[in-house]
Amino acid sequence: MKRRNIQLDSDGKLRHFLSTEGLPRQMLIDILDTAESFAGVTEQSVKKVPLLRGRTIVNLFFEASTRTRTTFELAAKRLSADVLNLQIASSATAKGETILDTLANLEAMQCDMFVVRHAESGTAHFIAKHVAPHISVLNAGDGSHAHPTQAMLDMFTIRRSKGDFYPLNVAIVGDIKHSRVARSQIHALTTLGVHEVRAIGPKTLVPDEIKELGVHIYHDMKEGLRDVDVIIMLRLQNERMSGAMLPSEHEYYKRYGLTQEKLAYAKPDAIVMHPGPINRGVEIESSVADGPRSVILQQVTNGIAVRMAVMSMTLGRSQQSQGTT
Amino acid sequence: MTSQTHIPTLISKLTSETQAYIENNAISQPMMVGIHTGGAWVAEQLHSALGLEIPLGKLDISFYRDDFTRVGINPQVKPSQLPLSIDDKHILLVDDVLYTGRTIRAALNELFDYGRPASITLIVLLDRNGRELPIQADIVGRRVDLKPDEQIKLQGPDPLVLVTSEVK
Repeated sequence: MKRRNIQLDSDGKLRHFLSTEGLPRQMLIDILDTAESFAGVTEQSVKKVPLLRGRTIVNLFFEASTRTRTTFELAAKRLSADVLNLQIASSATAKGETILDTLANLEAMQCDMFVVRHAESGTAHFIAKHVAPHISVLNAGDGSHAHPTQAMLDMFTIRRSKGDFYPLNVAIVGDIKHSRVARSQIHALTTLGVHEVRAIGPKTLVPDEIKELGVHIYHDMKEGLRDVDVIIMLRLQNERMSGAMLPSEHEYYKRYGLTQEKLAYAKPDAIVMHPGPINRGVEIESSVADGPRSVILQQVTNGIAVRMAVMSMTLGRSQQSQGTT
Repeated sequence: MTSQTHIPTLISKLTSETQAYIENNAISQPMMVGIHTGGAWVAEQLHSALGLEIPLGKLDISFYRDDFTRVGINPQVKPSQLPLSIDDKHILLVDDVLYTGRTIRAALNELFDYGRPASITLIVLLDRNGRELPIQADIVGRRVDLKPDEQIKLQGPDPLVLVTSEVK
């Protein structure tokens, strides 16, 4: 028997959103379509719909984040849910309470959804396995494993500016090895069926295993960016860098930093993306980040609609399919 | 069981009554808004028959439904499109079938999230019995009495056909 995907309920609907890996293509399309309709909500004078009125969503952040937490919070509020923000590092676990104890307490307070970010890979899965049947878990980033809502907002941004996925060549540039964003993007891009996914970066930061996911590896920007429609720059994650994986920041910028000059290697209408926060002059030149081909701020805006979509899809399943029967 | 009603007759009845309504109430520059999907089809025909100046608006009330926790979300929700600000406008709200009144309740809530209209007039192709809320239409194409287990639905868009069936 096929192992059941923990992300889906018995009706095949989205119950948790932990990873873009292993979800059917139609599910990803549904997320994008639903997000598209939520994008209109921000044009109303009251930027809110009553869908999740009376529901409580808890942002459980074991790792610091501003943008991601803020957009999850805004998404929840625009759906009229109540939101609780917990910075766990400074809270219960510091007093020796285990994650499961913390969760049990939040469940006892009748919360409906946990949005989880943790420095350790697999935390969101672990929590999803242990929560009560009516609770949904969204992964807001776990270690170097996955960051599925970021990947989906990137897919949304790509679809909005390019239309179809099939003909696209997409290059992901930088620290692929430590990037949960890159991993989730690769799964989403291949599921959605783009023409080619490329990874560009130094050998130390681009693991060979990703070839098994169908990714083509390049170590040179000029070659890697040729005929590319979408360039996704990753942040150089200094805080994750252990040991000497890089010669120097300066050297890295010279070889892999996205400058106007290197941007010219890609297609003339290629778009430039970055999950933020950007390191100006480290992985990307300011004039590129702020230039006409950059969709970096649109990514932030789109993040709200995509998170609204995932929240309403997971919490809006019919009550019969919420695991009790 | 299937029964059909001549839609063009109903549309022309709605057109002349709406025209009279606009004149009797001295409404200038009304803005017509159709409720997705059936209401929008009816509204398209009415809008062109009346020759209204302001482009047609469309409303998808999915995000305002009161049965969301029971039926979940439909990913094919179309974004609502209102051509311009509804503040101080006279809205002609159009739907295909008025039944429980819950759709209109949701539509009114959504409209008010876009602004404060001067007035809202409800126009429906068909008014059937079974109201659950104190909501009535101002202009009605036809009234029908159906049994509670009967359902009537507008299919379209080309041609528009009313189909009656029994609820399974």
